[in-house]
Amino acid sequence: MEYTLFILLLPFLSFLILGLAGMRMKHQVAGAIGTASLLGVTFLSYLTAFEYFTAGRTAEGVYPTLTPYNVEWLPFTNDLNISMGILLDPISIMMLVVISTVSLMVHIYSFGYMKGEKGFQRYYAFLSLFTMSMLGLVVATNIFQMYIFWELVGVSSYLLIGFYYTKKEAVAASKKAFIVTRFADLGFLIGILIYGYYTGTFSFTPAIGALAAAGTMIPLALGLMFVGGAGKSAMFPLHIWLPDAMEGPTPVSALIHAATMVVAGVYLVARMFPLFIGYAPEVLPWIAYVGAFTAFYAASIACVQSDIKRVLAFSTISQIGFMIVALGVCTSDDPHQGGLGYMSSMFHLFTHAMFKALLFLGAGSIIHAVHSNEMSAMGGLRKYMPITHITFLIACLAIAGIWPFAGFFSKDEILTACFQFSPIMGWIMTGIAAMTAFYMFRLYFGIFWGKENKELHAHHIPHESPLAMTFPLIFLAVVTCVAGFIPFGEFVSSNGQAYPIHLDMQVATTSIVIAILSIGLATWMYMRPKQPIADMLAKRFNRLHTAAYRRFYMDEAWLFVTKKVIFRCISTPLAWWDRHVIDQFFNFTAWGTHATAEEIQDMQSGNVQQYAIWFLAGAIALTIILLI
Amino acid sequence: MNILSFFVIIPILMLGALWVARNINQVRGVMVAGSSLLLALSVYLTIDYIALRQAGATAEMLYTASISWYEPLNICYSVGVDGISVVMLLLSSIIVFTGTFASWQLKPMTKEYFLWFTLLSAGVFGFFISTDLFTMFMFYEVALIPMYLLIGVWGSGKKEYAAMKLTLMLMGGSAFLLIGILGIFYGAGGDTMNILEIAQRHIPTQMQEWFFPLIFLGFGVLGALFPFHTWSPDGHASAPTAVSMLHAGVLMKLGGYGCFRVAMYLMPEGAEMWGNFFLVLTTISVVYGAFSAVVQTDLKYINAYSSVSHCGLVLFALLMMTRTSCTGAILQMLSHGLMTALFFALIGMIYGRTHTRDIRFMGGLMKIMPFLAVGYVIAGLANLGLPGLSGFVAEMTVFVGSFQNDDTFHRICTIVATTSIVITAVYILRTVGKILYGQVQNPEHLKLTDATWDERVAVICLIACVAGLGMAPFWVSDLISESVEPIIAVLMK
Repeated sequence: MEYTLFILLLPFLSFLILGLAGMRMKHQVAGAIGTASLLGVTFLSYLTAFEYFTAGRTAEGVYPTLTPYNVEWLPFTNDLNISMGILLDPISIMMLVVISTVSLMVHIYSFGYMKGEKGFQRYYAFLSLFTMSMLGLVVATNIFQMYIFWELVGVSSYLLIGFYYTKKEAVAASKKAFIVTRFADLGFLIGILIYGYYTGTFSFTPAIGALAAAGTMIPLALGLMFVGGAGKSAMFPLHIWLPDAMEGPTPVSALIHAATMVVAGVYLVARMFPLFIGYAPEVLPWIAYVGAFTAFYAASIACVQSDIKRVLAFSTISQIGFMIVALGVCTSDDPHQGGLGYMSSMFHLFTHAMFKALLFLGAGSIIHAVHSNEMSAMGGLRKYMPITHITFLIACLAIAGIWPFAGFFSKDEILTACFQFSPIMGWIMTGIAAMTAFYMFRLYFGIFWGKENKELHAHHIPHESPLAMTFPLIFLAVVTCVAGFIPFGEFVSSNGQAYPIHLDMQVATTSIVIAILSIGLATWMYMRPKQPIADMLAKRFNRLHTAAYRRFYMDEAWLFVTKKVIFRCISTPLAWWDRHVIDQFFNFTAWGTHATAEEIQDMQSGNVQQYAIWFLAGAIALTIILLI
Repeated sequence: MNILSFFVIIPILMLGALWVARNINQVRGVMVAGSSLLLALSVYLTIDYIALRQAGATAEMLYTASISWYEPLNICYSVGVDGISVVMLLLSSIIVFTGTFASWQLKPMTKEYFLWFTLLSAGVFGFFISTDLFTMFMFYEVALIPMYLLIGVWGSGKKEYAAMKLTLMLMGGSAFLLIGILGIFYGAGGDTMNILEIAQRHIPTQMQEWFFPLIFLGFGVLGALFPFHTWSPDGHASAPTAVSMLHAGVLMKLGGYGCFRVAMYLMPEGAEMWGNFFLVLTTISVVYGAFSAVVQTDLKYINAYSSVSHCGLVLFALLMMTRTSCTGAILQMLSHGLMTALFFALIGMIYGRTHTRDIRFMGGLMKIMPFLAVGYVIAGLANLGLPGLSGFVAEMTVFVGSFQNDDTFHRICTIVATTSIVITAVYILRTVGKILYGQVQNPEHLKLTDATWDERVAVICLIACVAGLGMAPFWVSDLISESVEPIIAVLMK
């Protein structure tokens, strides 16, 4: 499978071409170059997946792990080095398919969405850079290569969030995203250092003896790595950058901040899963708790936001929480006995990427039509934008977990895994699933039903988006409809053995009933032009509503730490100290030398009588000393 | 004739040619010819050196030669290079070459300026090729003195004050050095100044205890060791563009190089005794420099403090005393040299247009001067250690190397030092966001133009080096790591 190298090379080349010469190209040409390279990548990814899965299993009944490339890139010590290569196994191939599909759709979609935008070529250059980095991340053969591409996706995300660089909010958001994830990456880096030192390798499969000898260092290392993953995957309390990241162009939000980059943390845990299960099982429940809390926290905020992209952002955070929980509740690597979560997490990652990208692209289409992110500017759009409406509805049903859409199947597996872990966890996650259905339909009715904003639409009637934008919507909607029927367990499972997916009827019924009830509630509250119940509730629980709307003041808390503590209490005094104490000490020394010289310069007066006196005084003094 | 001597002869010939040059075009011609020749020479040397090593040359230093200079004290003009010095020569010639283009339009007294500039580079090159303590010290002084004039005459702002401060502090360091060198000389028997020979002998432990800190401090002042770094912000802020480049890019590396080659190599027991003490100071440097940079408002101050932090990491890595960390230190010297030169070049170019370096009075420059702005972003990303650019390679080698020490003290120092990667991101992105993005702050700035061709040469050259090192680090890393080996072997004994 030597051709897999081109999966990385193609986007890298198009990045170079567009980055160096893009500004001299016409918009269409630049876009075409980017899209063409992505078409190539998609084709190769599908081909890889096809060849890999048709090649069959090994004698042990698992799919083999292939490394077509692995070259030493930077040597450190005799044992440790960074290699660059390509690793193919079921989850990396699944990610290749997800990334290339969504990225291709976003490339096509952006033709319409970004049309005429200044910096169109730059936009496509950054998209290529991002795609290259993300693909490099998932095929990494060792943890350090992963870290390298991890940082690169971070910087592409920074560049794309700050795409509208003259907008103050966009600049602030890009900075915030980078710094928060960098802060988390510090944990990741230290984790890697510990891991490398105690296992003697950066690869994912260290020697058993080294692992056993490392003792408690492995849980520590893996825990720290999870901190990095939590930063990228926007887990509480490191989630604060993701809602702000919505300042970037909407297709970017779909690609990076919904489908691919933000699930890197999930992927990281899945990649290290054998080590987690084997050597750090005590860390996994904590991961589950973090995930569950984040899922709940984000869902509760999503219920009250008014900016549609913000709702989707919090919904993403909540759904990633589901994936993390699913990994965390695993208790063994046997999918039949407590290892189901691994498969369900990957399955949900796959389906979520499709329907969440669809939701974001749909939101982009709406924003494109009404030129606003606020729900108040929308309402009643279903008759103006039929395609967007239908595809958006499909995605909403999928995320709410309604049969036969993709989200139903993956979420059901997650809930089953949670119930296996403990009934409390199962019920909590079911409750959060209900909240998901509620806020998604609140959003749906707010956009497509309800009262039309006549004032705004008077001089500008919303219209359906061009084909470049609707095609990706339709494509992803079709995928969302059929993806659930993929026998996912055949390809991916915690121990590599084929796992036939079967629905746990009890869990499935409960979750569907609850989802339908939530949708019903949302319909009752939000479908009509006037929403007396919602308003009444908001007024009745004013403080709670405001707190949720302000995201429970987490941003303020962080701002306090950075602005007040770091900026004002550490850096400012330190800089002052440097200039006024340390520096002044040296100035004082110089001044002291100078002043002493001034004082004693009279001794060299050239006056012979004075010299004679000094001479005499000295002679007498010496005599006295000698005598005593 | 020995190939290494050309590194000194070419600048001397350039001095002569500059002396007789009649107009600015001739001056520029001499500079371009000379600096390209130096660049070509160092590239050739690198290739030839690698070829020799692969052919099986095992001597610690290659191209050695020695001519007696002052018999009574056994002072020789002896030269020789290993992988570390080859890399440093390469770095110096790149900086001299790009520095020439960065000061293309400098006025007034262009000729005099380039005279001092060339003398400075002669000192730098001489320092890196010397293997004789005294000759090394002499070249060191040759490199320092022109700095005083270059800043005092061609600088900006409080230039006289800054030039004086810088010179006095560095000269203070030199005083320590001289005593230290004499100590080594007599400690090693008093009959040779040659580093390679001294390394074979044993300096009495008690003398090492006294002279190690002297040498380490003496060089450390130049390497911006806390608390002797305060010349750096003022000096950099006042220096003209190319001088800042040369200073931060190369001259500060003399410090790290000297600490490693002279202090640690010759006095391993002294390093053992004093290592932890200096390690604390360097750890402070790393974090302190980064935190101080966060609140600065002058672009050059930001970079000067950032240099304190990054050069602190060089000394930090050296004191970690593992092969990997020392390789990382040299890589960091190379990487910091390139990216800081790039940074100072860009700051100089921006300052030359806006006439302010205060980030509060700038904004939206990305629209007005896209080329310089993109260059600035790349320099910033290199600085905060983005993979694919040089900073990452160096920092990771340092951290992995430092982590090989498994006692708690070294672990804590390492973890404290790693936090700098976050703080660096803070001050870099803060600056980039303020000056390049956003709305144009000053309507006057709308009239400004983007980079001229000579500026583009300098910037593109440096970006190519930063990216080249970042993407293909293996050959440099191998080159350095081989040469670090014998020094580490001495330290480990």
